[in-house]
Amino acid sequence: MYKILEAKELTPNIYYMVVEAKRVARSCQPGQFVIVRTDERAERIPLTICDYDREKGTVTIVFQVVGAGTEFMSHLKTGDAFHDFVGPLGQPSELVHEDKEELKKKKILFVAGGVGTAPVYPQVKWLHENGIDADVIVGAKTKSILILEKEMEAVAGRLFVTTDDGSYGRSGMVTQTITDLVNEGNHYDVCIAIGPMIMMKFVCKLTKELNIPTVVSLNPIMVDGTGMCGACRVTVGGEVKFACVDGPEFDGLQVNFDEAMQRQQIYKTAEGRAYLAAKEGATHHGGCGNCGGND
Amino acid sequence: MDVLKKTPVREQDAKVRATNFEEVCLGYNGEEAKEEASRCINCKNAQCMKGCPVSINIPGFIEKVKNDDIEGAYQIISESSALPAVCGRVCPQESQCEGKCIRGIKGEPISIGKLERFVADWASENGIKPQGAAEKNGKKVAVIGSGPAGLTCAGDLAKMGYDVTIFEALHEAGGVLVYGIPEFRLPKTRVVAKEIENVKSLGVKIETNVVVGKSVTIDELLNEEGFDAVFIGSGAGLPKFMGIPGEQANGVFSANEYLTRSNLMKAFNEDSNTPIMRGKKVAVVGGGNVAMDAARTALRLGSEVHIVYRRSEEELPARVEEVHHAKEEGIIFNLLTNPVEILEDEKGWVKGIRCIKMELGEPDESGRRRPVEVPGSEFVIDVDTVIMSLGTSPNPLISSTTKGLEINKRKCIVAAEENGQTSKEGVYAGGDAVTGAATVILAMGAGKAGAKGIDEYLRNK
Ligand SMILES: Cc1cc2nc3c(=O)[nH]c(=O)nc-3n(C[C@H](O)[C@H](O)[C@H](O)COP(=O)(O)OP(=O)(O)OC[C@H]3O[C@@H](n4cnc5c(N)ncnc54)[C@H](O)[C@@H]3O)c2cc1C
Ligand SMILES: Cc1cc2nc3c(=O)[nH]c(=O)nc-3n(C[C@H](O)[C@H](O)[C@H](O)COP(=O)(O)OP(=O)(O)OC[C@H]3O[C@@H](n4cnc5c(N)ncnc54)[C@H](O)[C@@H]3O)c2cc1C
Ligand code: SF4
Ligand code: SF4
Ligand code: FES
Repeated sequence: MYKILEAKELTPNIYYMVVEAKRVARSCQPGQFVIVRTDERAERIPLTICDYDREKGTVTIVFQVVGAGTEFMSHLKTGDAFHDFVGPLGQPSELVHEDKEELKKKKILFVAGGVGTAPVYPQVKWLHENGIDADVIVGAKTKSILILEKEMEAVAGRLFVTTDDGSYGRSGMVTQTITDLVNEGNHYDVCIAIGPMIMMKFVCKLTKELNIPTVVSLNPIMVDGTGMCGACRVTVGGEVKFACVDGPEFDGLQVNFDEAMQRQQIYKTAEGRAYLAAKEGATHHGGCGNCGGND
Repeated sequence: MDVLKKTPVREQDAKVRATNFEEVCLGYNGEEAKEEASRCINCKNAQCMKGCPVSINIPGFIEKVKNDDIEGAYQIISESSALPAVCGRVCPQESQCEGKCIRGIKGEPISIGKLERFVADWASENGIKPQGAAEKNGKKVAVIGSGPAGLTCAGDLAKMGYDVTIFEALHEAGGVLVYGIPEFRLPKTRVVAKEIENVKSLGVKIETNVVVGKSVTIDELLNEEGFDAVFIGSGAGLPKFMGIPGEQANGVFSANEYLTRSNLMKAFNEDSNTPIMRGKKVAVVGGGNVAMDAARTALRLGSEVHIVYRRSEEELPARVEEVHHAKEEGIIFNLLTNPVEILEDEKGWVKGIRCIKMELGEPDESGRRRPVEVPGSEFVIDVDTVIMSLGTSPNPLISSTTKGLEINKRKCIVAAEENGQTSKEGVYAGGDAVTGAATVILAMGAGKAGAKGIDEYLRNK
């Protein structure tokens, strides 16, 4: 069992947890992820490592409730435990491998969308600790679902917050802010974009035009996370890759996003059913028009 | 009783079992076992033993069954095999022990597998356990992977007095026995979990959720965590795809994904949170045990199932019993047929599989006649799900993170057959990780050899 040392709600549907997982904490690097299970019947849920403390042996995760699995997770409290917590999985961010002196010469732009702010944080923090200041754009639909603003502010070179509805910070999508920054004369050598698939797709469309190499972190459906099932396969530069072992970070300008988004839908109806069944319990008999009950 | 024929074994009716996940074969009862045992003529120069990769004393244990000494029979089997309840169920007996049985020359061979299973199940029901070590020797060995190779190696080392820890990447121990082979062939709670309990009762510790190469490396195990030797039994779990158009469509799965969802994650059970696609019509591409398992799982989930295989029935690599069961249950075999494209609808979901007919030409490297395409014979099977079962290869996670560990062209770890020794000192390996996808009993044999190799190494160190 993996004890939850701290659990808190960041916004009404985004949760933050610090979990005791000594092996993961000892060997993880920014960009990697874990897979968690709440109990014996639960699904295996992949989540990016948002922070870690090697001395205390803890790993921080931040997740959004989107279905049955994350709904169950959101009920866990400080003092509860995860049944399973495995990692670190996937490749560390390329940044970590790069020569620090080379890196210091680069202008780096991070673009975080929604809960994607959480996985961006450790990378910005890692750079900050190595004396490198990066520009960070954080986008959210609206003010109430903005997360980790203070934490990010402490480690970012410059932080730009934007909301789709203009309820806080700048107004508009993250792509608008990228355009503004470039128009203001900022030059970037590399962009790292993490967020919903659709956001990453549009960021890459823009950065391709602007000629900025862009790294994205993909979140396809996964089962084992060790290269055993192939559920996570994505097409990058015309080649099939397993995101759990070859990624999750890839060259965004080469990713086939339409295919990746389509593949995320595979279990949508089945999942929707599980979610409603979990929420409504025995009262779930179909009739919502979405899932067709138990057909 | 006809001495030329096997004592029939009771099975669930094909129509009934096609709709459930209960075990297909019900096994012998005491009387039936004794009757079958009485057919064995207790050969002096028992050929059957030469067919068994771990050389179980077959006439010896069968003699005990004849004399109603089932516990004695179990002790004899235990001398050579750590997983008899598993092997009795899944070994390809027709090409191993039973394939060599003298009785088979003029009639049907002795049902060695079914007798072994009977003895093992009896022992488990009667709470009989293998004997542990009298004294610990204070040396620590790490075993990577909890499949048949790892479990056997760990069990043997524990019996010799070593302090053994198994590290398993998944959340449950058992390897292919839990994530691959389905419940209806190998019951998980009644058989696999019991066998694992037996290994644990010898003092073996199992740490799940540890991916060696990621959570910890082999060098760290040896240099920082105080292990004196390591055995790698990490299997061959990396699935292959065909590389044909449409393979990324929604509804195309590897057999590993499909079976893992159903077996490990229990998706066949309404209770489980893990979803599985229950297609109306399913094509399973391939002809091995894995393909049969995926096909029969899909059938039980309510699908019409086609096996698409490019060679003929004779070349099907699956066990004869499994092919026979699959046919009885209503799986449709499209033999001498090869997929060329998966067709998608406008939303990216599978709507069919375009295939081409094949005919057999000259023998190829494998000695089997090479299938060649029949020009102009393309046709479409309407399906909404395609399961690719084209074989697997070893995962590079360990080899790529361990300095000095030699692998071959096929990505298999290079290890000596007789003792499992690799190119790296103190590191031994065996099972599918070394041979590529093979069988439970061969993996077990390699686990035994590895335990022996490690013991010799540590004694001389
Ligand atoms: C490498 C990786 C890192 C991730 N990191 C984070 C993170 O840090 N924080 C976070 O909140 N989420 C993260 N995710 C996404 C998270 O794993 C999914 O949201 C979660 O698995 C959904 O589980 P569920 O049972 O609640 O929802 P489900 O009921 O399984 O699914 C609800 C909806 O989400 C879709 N879906 C299912 N699985 C995934 C998936 N893996 N990714 C995207 N959509 C999915 C389904 O198609 C469905 O439409 C990550 C995913 C990956 C692969
Ligand atoms: C569907 C299916 C049906 C089969 N049917 C039969 C049959 O009827 N008869 C038969 O004889 N054989 C059958 N086989 C083959 C047989 O199961 C295998 O040959 C055998 O299980 C190999 O044993 P192993 O111990 O080498 O590896 P595995 O059983 O594959 O076990 C390897 C274990 O190592 C773990 N692992 C891998 N990498 C790491 C890592 N880096 N760190 C930690 N742990 C790791 C894996 O998660 C796994 O649990 C079948 C195989 C499949 C897939
Ligand atoms: S272990 Fe397998 S090959 Fe050996 S006797 Fe038993 S069934 Fe036959
Ligand atoms: S070869 Fe057949 S008859 Fe002879 S000992 Fe073995 S099982 Fe018995
Ligand atoms: S999640 Fe199974 S191979 Fe990537």
